[in-house]
Amino acid sequence: MNSREMDPKADPNLATQAAVRTPVLSARGIGKTVRSGISDLVILQEIDLQVISGEAVAIVGASGSGKSTLLAVLAGLDTPTTGSVHLDGADLFALDEDARAQLRGRAVGFVFQSFQLLPALSALENVMLPLELAGRPDAQSAARAMLERVGLGERLAHYPKHLSGGEQQRVALARAFVVQPKVLMADEPTGSLDAAAGESVIQLMFELNSQAGTTLLMVTHDEQLAQRCSRIVRLAGGLVVP
Amino acid sequence: MSIGTLGLALRMLMRDWRAGELRVLALALLLAVASVTSVSFFADRVRQGLNREAHQLLGGDLLMVGDKPWKPEVAAEVRRRGLALAQSTNFISMVQSAGGAEPKSLLTGAKAVSESYPLRGKLRIAPRLNAPDAVAEGGPKPGTVWLDERLTSALAANVGDKVKLGNAEFEVAAVLTLEPDRGANFFNIAPRLMMNSVDVPATGLIQTGSRVTYQILAAGARKDIDAFEAWAKPRLERGQRIENLDNARPEIRASLDRAQSFLGLTALLAAILAGVAIALATRRFVERHLDGCAVMRCLGATQSRLLSLYGIEFLGLGVAACAVGCLAGFGAQALIASWLGSIIQAEMPQPTALPALQGGLVGLTLLLGFALPPLLQLRNVPAVRVIRRESGAPKGGAVLAYALGFGTLVALLLWQSGDLKLGMTVVGGFSAAVLLFIGIAWVALRAASSPASMRLFGSGSPAVRYGLANLRRHSRSNAIQVASLALGLAAILLLTITRSDLVNAWRQASPPDAPNRFLIGIQPEQLQPVQEFFRAAGMPLPEVYPMIRGRLTAVNDRPVSEKDYPEERAKRLVEREFNLSYMNTLPGHNQISAGRWFDPRNRNEGEASVEEGIAKTLGLKMGDRLTYTAAGEVFSARITSLRKLKWDSMKVNFFVVTPPWVLEKAPTSYITAFRLAPGSEPVLERMVSAFPNLTVVDISAALKQAQGIIDQVILAVQFVFLFALGAGLLVLYSALVATEDERRRESAIMRAFGASAAQVSGSQRAEFLVMGALAGVLATLAASVISTLLAQRVFELELPLNYALWVYGPLAGIALLSLNAWLSARKVLTASPALTLREG
Repeated sequence: MNSREMDPKADPNLATQAAVRTPVLSARGIGKTVRSGISDLVILQEIDLQVISGEAVAIVGASGSGKSTLLAVLAGLDTPTTGSVHLDGADLFALDEDARAQLRGRAVGFVFQSFQLLPALSALENVMLPLELAGRPDAQSAARAMLERVGLGERLAHYPKHLSGGEQQRVALARAFVVQPKVLMADEPTGSLDAAAGESVIQLMFELNSQAGTTLLMVTHDEQLAQRCSRIVRLAGGLVVP
Repeated sequence: MSIGTLGLALRMLMRDWRAGELRVLALALLLAVASVTSVSFFADRVRQGLNREAHQLLGGDLLMVGDKPWKPEVAAEVRRRGLALAQSTNFISMVQSAGGAEPKSLLTGAKAVSESYPLRGKLRIAPRLNAPDAVAEGGPKPGTVWLDERLTSALAANVGDKVKLGNAEFEVAAVLTLEPDRGANFFNIAPRLMMNSVDVPATGLIQTGSRVTYQILAAGARKDIDAFEAWAKPRLERGQRIENLDNARPEIRASLDRAQSFLGLTALLAAILAGVAIALATRRFVERHLDGCAVMRCLGATQSRLLSLYGIEFLGLGVAACAVGCLAGFGAQALIASWLGSIIQAEMPQPTALPALQGGLVGLTLLLGFALPPLLQLRNVPAVRVIRRESGAPKGGAVLAYALGFGTLVALLLWQSGDLKLGMTVVGGFSAAVLLFIGIAWVALRAASSPASMRLFGSGSPAVRYGLANLRRHSRSNAIQVASLALGLAAILLLTITRSDLVNAWRQASPPDAPNRFLIGIQPEQLQPVQEFFRAAGMPLPEVYPMIRGRLTAVNDRPVSEKDYPEERAKRLVEREFNLSYMNTLPGHNQISAGRWFDPRNRNEGEASVEEGIAKTLGLKMGDRLTYTAAGEVFSARITSLRKLKWDSMKVNFFVVTPPWVLEKAPTSYITAFRLAPGSEPVLERMVSAFPNLTVVDISAALKQAQGIIDQVILAVQFVFLFALGAGLLVLYSALVATEDERRRESAIMRAFGASAAQVSGSQRAEFLVMGALAGVLATLAASVISTLLAQRVFELELPLNYALWVYGPLAGIALLSLNAWLSARKVLTASPALTLREG
């Protein structure tokens, strides 16, 4: 078994680390079933996962394997049918939807395949948004500094539709990192980009991640990209597979 | 709510404004508020102005009438209180033309006035008969008199001639054409001679026992007048009274009432259309913000935070738009008031703040009622939408919120318009139209895309087949779009084509050929000769009505006297003789508003038809038994109908009419109204000399005034129409862009799969053509039904059928959507499909 793909429970080193460093994210017995027509469709089954602070974990699998749903459940964006998730010490699904939102605002950053920038907001305003929601008085200066770090210091006033795909994803990265999240969740971050733009975004993401010491949880179907993470979790048919 | 939330909400407002997401919404709100406030401001000021105007009919704010000279302390008290004072003395006497071979003499109503007369309104004089007149400053100078047109004509006197009144001779200085405090009573009709009061003693006409009325006029601030009236009332002696005239110009009142109805209708339409535009625009706003809200949920925004943020954003927008709307409304009414300034001669008072409050409330209710339901959905956006877009928009709960909002708006508008009938016609018609439109559109769209229709129209072209198939695929949203389009289009048709029909019908209410002279006192034996005179003069034979002077003595066999009525007008009506008439058929300018017209089988019991206004003043109801005394004869009749009269028609009108068998035995004279063409005055002179006992009353000044008022009021009304027209256009625009995003995405997918430009635009054309034709037909149908209903039920006008509407309406629908199809296709075809799809 490739060390990158090992189950942490089976790995003595990681198990030791886990004992020393509290997991920032831990999921137990996650299952998700949805009603489709007259039958039930099982999307996730009995998934256990622990992520230690500072780790970079890739969730890989074919289309329909349930990886995006797993990410949504781990972020508290979607609710599981069974199981529990602890994020930054809090039992996610013991909280109500609003409390989960507040927890996300405090602890989680997101990068999406379709960037999800607000079209009516300039690059600067998009990055300011999470800070403004958190009531940070220094929203503008912090956002400006962050955009400069991702190389878009000259494009602060530009709107998403005037930026290339790669630039939009950089803005999204700046928005994700500007709140200094404990966990960065990325859903196919290069899925909408060409190879060169994708590579440059990924480099930036890993760079920011290591500088900030953020835990990274990334969903991808790109095997090469997954290899750059410290651990890979493979999903097939809603199950974690070796 | 924290300061942070407020700040962020305002920043969001600014950002969304900058992105153009809120413009339609703000504009709709602004138009609604502006139209509602301008109409309220206008109504408020005109109402106050008219109350002042009524005082012109007295010549002052307060008129004191007595049959003996007033004690000097009354005039002294008027002066002491700082009020303006004028006095007049009225008496009947013979006047004689002094020069010429054949001196003529005539009984005249002489009125001697002090320098300051009149205190309210203006006298108008002309240098000779039929010459243009002008406002006179003050009354006649000492030693001169002014003669009215009848007297000038009867005495064959010219300006500069001498006339003799009692012992004194006077020079005729002008022809008196308008006496503001005289117009109210056409039947108080001895021809007028006006003179200066300092000349009265010289005539030697006022002796002990002479029949003279002495008048004191006062004018000033309302509270000072009220205080003086309170002082004077207990000091009144026998034969003295204070007159406090209500609005006695029914022909002006009728025009302004109609204007108010037009304006009220326009404001209602504008507000409701704005509501639809707001609902459509907010729906679009919400659809475009679903992703943003999902992102904000990811970034930690709670449901209540989102609601606060968007709530404050919309409230901020609402307050700003309402404020600008109020200002625009204020500006509009100032413009209207300046146009109408010449109608209402009294100075119009400053507007009060109430209309602004009403406008603001309507605006906020519109926003709350039509924007809140879709906004509430934003709160429930699932955060997982950021990953799975198909998680979609939250549903449900909106119908109740819309119903609540609509209900509140209707209540508010009814309060604002104060006209339940008009309000219910518009609101009811509108709601029925919306439901009907959606239903018909849904059925028609499905029929247009049925397999049979596809075979018929789509066999040759895949693009057309695809377009027709789209009609079915989106039948729900398309039906709503067609209904919204039809609504906007109906409003525009109503406000453009139908409006001019309504306005023309309104003008016809007081047509240019309306009668301008009344002929009074025709004796039964003169009927034939008078008609022959008209025939010989080549004038159309006018309709002649019998007229009986009678006093109301009992209601339901209980004797009535002025003491039974607290209201001044009612007191006067009971005190005086009424003009009664009898007839078999209802005159065209009368309309039964309650009960039924006389039944010839009901000969045993007397029937009476009463004008509804006077019935209200005297507290008379259907079924009441009226007893009149005319020249010693007693007549009784039961009220079997109430009538509405068209006062502005200038035709002969009677407060009370009966069938012939009730009154025909009473001493009767006849009255008629006819039109004297300009330049035909010699005919009038011949008539007066052939029938010296007849009285000709010239109402051309009043008629001209009524027509002038209609023209100016129409101008003012049309200005407010622009607001409603703007709101209608906004509905159209919002309806057109409602499905634009979705269509763009679909077309981009078609393009991505290799559809040619012709195929994409062809399918859109087919789809829009059907929708346009449908919207056009529905809009035309609605516009013609609503306008007919409005004309008949609300404005009481006859509206001719407009064939042009049936051509322009459907064509407008097709043209509009064809243009939209072209623009929409152009947008899709010029943008790269990848970009369109990526923007989502």
